[in-house]
Amino acid sequence: MRTLITATRRTVLVALGAALLAAPAAAQTLRIGLQEDPDILDPHEARTFVGRIAFASLCDKLIDTSPQLEFIPRLALSWSFSGDGKTMTMKLRPGVKFHDGTAFDAAAVKANIERAINLKTSRRKSELASVATVEALDSLTVAFKLKAPDAPLMAQLSDRAGMMLSPASFGQPVGPKPICSGPYKFVERVQNDRIVLERFADHWEKAEYAFDRVIFRIIPDTTVRLANLRSGQLDMLERLAPSDVKSAKADASLKVMSAVGLGYQGMTVNIGNGERGKTPLGQDRRIRRALSLSIDRDALNTVVFEGLYPPGIQPFPPASPYVDRGYAVPKRDLARARALLKEAGHPRYAFEMQVANNPVQQQLAQVIQAMAAEAGFEVKIKATEFASLLKDQSAGNYDVSQIGWSGRVDPDGNLHQFVTTGGGINDSKYSNPAVDEAMNAARAVYDVASRKKHYDAAMRILREDLPIIYLYHQPWIWAMSAKLQGFVPHPDGMIRLPGVR
Amino acid sequence: MARRIAVALPTLLLVMLFVFVLQRLLPGDPLLVMAGEERDPAVLEELRKFYRMDDPIPVQFLAWLRAVLGGNFGVSMRTGEPVIKLVAQTLPVTIQLAVASILIALAIGIPMGVLSAVRKGTALDYLANVISLSGLSIPNFWLGIMLILLVSVELRWLPASGYVSVFEDPWQALRTTIMPAFVLGSGLAATLMRHTRSAMLEVLRLDYIRTAYAKGLLRGTVIYKHALRNALVPIVTLSALLFGQLLAGAVLTEQVFTIPGFGKLIVDAVFNRDYGVVQGVVLCTAIAFILMNLVADVLYILINPRLRTA
Repeated sequence: MRTLITATRRTVLVALGAALLAAPAAAQTLRIGLQEDPDILDPHEARTFVGRIAFASLCDKLIDTSPQLEFIPRLALSWSFSGDGKTMTMKLRPGVKFHDGTAFDAAAVKANIERAINLKTSRRKSELASVATVEALDSLTVAFKLKAPDAPLMAQLSDRAGMMLSPASFGQPVGPKPICSGPYKFVERVQNDRIVLERFADHWEKAEYAFDRVIFRIIPDTTVRLANLRSGQLDMLERLAPSDVKSAKADASLKVMSAVGLGYQGMTVNIGNGERGKTPLGQDRRIRRALSLSIDRDALNTVVFEGLYPPGIQPFPPASPYVDRGYAVPKRDLARARALLKEAGHPRYAFEMQVANNPVQQQLAQVIQAMAAEAGFEVKIKATEFASLLKDQSAGNYDVSQIGWSGRVDPDGNLHQFVTTGGGINDSKYSNPAVDEAMNAARAVYDVASRKKHYDAAMRILREDLPIIYLYHQPWIWAMSAKLQGFVPHPDGMIRLPGVR
Repeated sequence: MARRIAVALPTLLLVMLFVFVLQRLLPGDPLLVMAGEERDPAVLEELRKFYRMDDPIPVQFLAWLRAVLGGNFGVSMRTGEPVIKLVAQTLPVTIQLAVASILIALAIGIPMGVLSAVRKGTALDYLANVISLSGLSIPNFWLGIMLILLVSVELRWLPASGYVSVFEDPWQALRTTIMPAFVLGSGLAATLMRHTRSAMLEVLRLDYIRTAYAKGLLRGTVIYKHALRNALVPIVTLSALLFGQLLAGAVLTEQVFTIPGFGKLIVDAVFNRDYGVVQGVVLCTAIAFILMNLVADVLYILINPRLRTA
């Protein structure tokens, strides 16, 4: 009996020892492959998608979004609006520290929001335009006083505008050495090569994070990125190319996960942006409807995107509660398209479509060209480098521009600036008072049902007028080592590391 | 000497002017690229003011000139990092790659050139020619990707990408550098092989070689001690030129193997319309070249006293 106990005890001890030895070995460094080099690592100045992936581990936000796009607490534990909708009060999480050891409190929130509004090079100004003042009511309560009710504000605070930097670091340039309160702190950056973070021992949620170090490696070529994952130099990568999904899925050492994104891809039509907006295509919505009807969106998905990119006809992501469920993606209707063109007096119609000069978008343009030709369109494709495409588009030097939008959590971010009169990204220069009114009304109410009514009203007009012809939604596709557990795909494409091991 | 420096300064000024103007002729607005999706016109205006891009171009140029004279080479508009730091980070990377490539090219190219000159017209000569022609015509990026797939993904012998400095960890440096260096070096080896071959053929025809044979020297001694040594003079000059080309010309290989080098720095900066980096990097390169030329001139004079009066 005694020997049996000893033997059992010995087994337990050996097992425990093995577990202890194995644990640190299994949880060391996580290497993530990014497609581009992030820009400046200052949340108030940053603008790239990949930059936000780095921030997700580096900087805590006031609130976050769940995969179902609901707001969930982070540094803010709860929030509420006053009756007139012009004051938003937040209760903050106690005991939170920045990487430099200073405490996070209401004064820090006030300092951050004021910096985001006042910094000369801030890219957050328009996101926080409704904020008049921020007041620290006590050390853990903060009140946002708004100029007018602003429903999209919460979504802004769930992204870079809500990321908190240590106010003690405002004296020196933030970008080269950002000091936040996130689960990982900044170690070093080699531009175009890597960003290295290490575990922040005083993080309020540190038990959730298994890795001591996180290294973001920048590998723009999709084939090379996948090769690095396969050869074990990476543990995970973002934006696997659709053409590689099949082979990655077939590889037993890898795992592929995806989530439909927040954005869309479409064709922006020049309706009133300079001389080139005065074409029949810009002036007669029947021609635009014919163009939209000539496109087989399901075929686009199968031919160009291996069946991975869901077809779309609305600006909102499929997961959003603001999608008009009564309006499905229409089937291709060539007869109707031809009839519309004839009715408009242009049975044959030629126009130029500019497209970014990467292989995928060019292939997309060619397939659209072939489809539209069957209805009577002659599409000339102008493939151009992205910087030139943007400039031509905002200057009105285009007929149709194939471009997309990375998407926002709030419906306002996917539509308001694009279709309202004078909107910042309204390169179509579309203008319709009824749409303006509905879009502005949707900003001023907070509950989903009443906001949705306004968006439905705007969309009913927009799908007749078609300043933007929506085509499809882009999914985020991640590939990772089969050993990696606990990653949750999210429509915003971020890589959140709590629970990943 | 003073005159040479007097010539160098206007050259530098011209280079600066050239880069400055050329960049602004590129289509695309750097602020639109920088603003990304936050394209609020008011924000754009403010950014334009902050980076002084609403000033007339001559005023912008003078402002840059003043900053450079004050020792400020500028910062990246995209990441806020100082240009000097970026150059200091990337230049050693490319130099390490270039040195390794040249070594590989020399190790392959010269023996192959000698061999095919000595065995002219034999199967060996033709084989060497076929190999060198392939070396010249296979695109770098294709060879790079194929090697990654074979050596890193299938065989798992070497890491697929990255950079480790030889001063930090020589073994890892060798493992990360050898594949890209081979890709770059294989093309250069082909060039070197062809030049070695023709230089050797030239030299082998000369009288003193016949004399050497007549004196009864061994064939190996004649080839390596008498012929190759003389044939090498143009090869050394060529290698030096190739090395210069490598510093800026390794971009494609750097891209495939994701090596954070100097070429990649410039190309990425141009695509991002990061005026600050493009200007700063070109200026640093120009200064380096002018300094190198000055040093070379001085060395020539030291080596060859006849040049002193010139």
